[in-house]
Amino acid sequence: MSFTPDIRLFSCHYTSQQSCADEGRELQGLNFPGNIRITRVVCTGKLEEVTLLKAFEEGADGVYVVGCPADGCHNLKGSLRAAKRVQAVRDALEELDVEPDRIKMYHLPRGLHPEFVDAGVEMNTRVTKMGPSPF
Amino acid sequence: MIIAERKPLAEIIEMVQNCKKILVLACRGCVTVCSAGGEREAEILASLIRLGLKKAGKKAEVFDASLVRQCDREYIDAIDQFKGKYDAIVSTACGVGVNFIANLRPDDNVFPALNTTFFGGSAEQGEWSEQCAGCGDCVLHLTGGLCPVARCAKSLMNGPCGGSVDGRCEINADVDCVWQMIYDRMGRLERQKEMVQSAPIRDWSTAGHGGPRKLVRQDLTV
Repeated sequence: MSFTPDIRLFSCHYTSQQSCADEGRELQGLNFPGNIRITRVVCTGKLEEVTLLKAFEEGADGVYVVGCPADGCHNLKGSLRAAKRVQAVRDALEELDVEPDRIKMYHLPRGLHPEFVDAGVEMNTRVTKMGPSPF
Repeated sequence: MIIAERKPLAEIIEMVQNCKKILVLACRGCVTVCSAGGEREAEILASLIRLGLKKAGKKAEVFDASLVRQCDREYIDAIDQFKGKYDAIVSTACGVGVNFIANLRPDDNVFPALNTTFFGGSAEQGEWSEQCAGCGDCVLHLTGGLCPVARCAKSLMNGPCGGSVDGRCEINADVDCVWQMIYDRMGRLERQKEMVQSAPIRDWSTAGHGGPRKLVRQDLTV
């Protein structure tokens, strides 16, 4: 049975600025999976752990966060803080006996680089393979 | 302050597996400061309990709320605003808070979400270390302000023991020997002569060895 996962992406304002330009049409043209819903945040460091958990509560099969390079965050340590919160959710998923890879942190350069599309494709492939969320 | 950490999720979820309405109750005191049981942590735990119960095929409503403190009668009374909305309270307070709810709300089911670990301080963000054992008979005036009861693995009153090597404790090379620290500090303060005196055999009854402790201040009772 085919399965199209519901994937939530929380992306840094700066990292996704160009990706979201023109209502994301350019992004779609580059084969960015259409089943990934993007939420832009002012800084990934602003993301709370509970926001990531609520995405799972709302039915997401996978969640990922895209922030600035670890050593080049616009807000100095925002993406490092986000990575810690993603890790905390990974640990919690493991405690609940759920695949921790259902959530992942990516540190990517600003602008519409191939890596932004690659991360989406990678996440989509991984979550599709894992199947629906057990929640 | 009191330091605590969240219990394993499986343990918490097992406690509430048969409950239908659960209140995760935060404490805005010590456990907020040590990021174990404040409003943020209670919200996270409520979400995790919802996910865990859902995965287990259980239906339950999980709310979260907070009290100023859970170790005072006047603040515990605020629980009544949630009356009828839950059949179990998961307290993210320290053990004192859980006991107080159990004492003052005899008909409420209360469960601990945290393991209460020690009295400590935070010298670095995200790190806490034990500094005081609450022994009830403070000797810090004799030891340069460093506590041998809490910080010596053997709670020695006349240290260091033979296991102190290069300023480290024999239980773990990462642990400083507090008696070496006391010796060095007393030297810096030119108080080393005070260390020649042997401490007498200690009466541990104030440390809880005489049963649960209680303090009554007649000047404050009404």
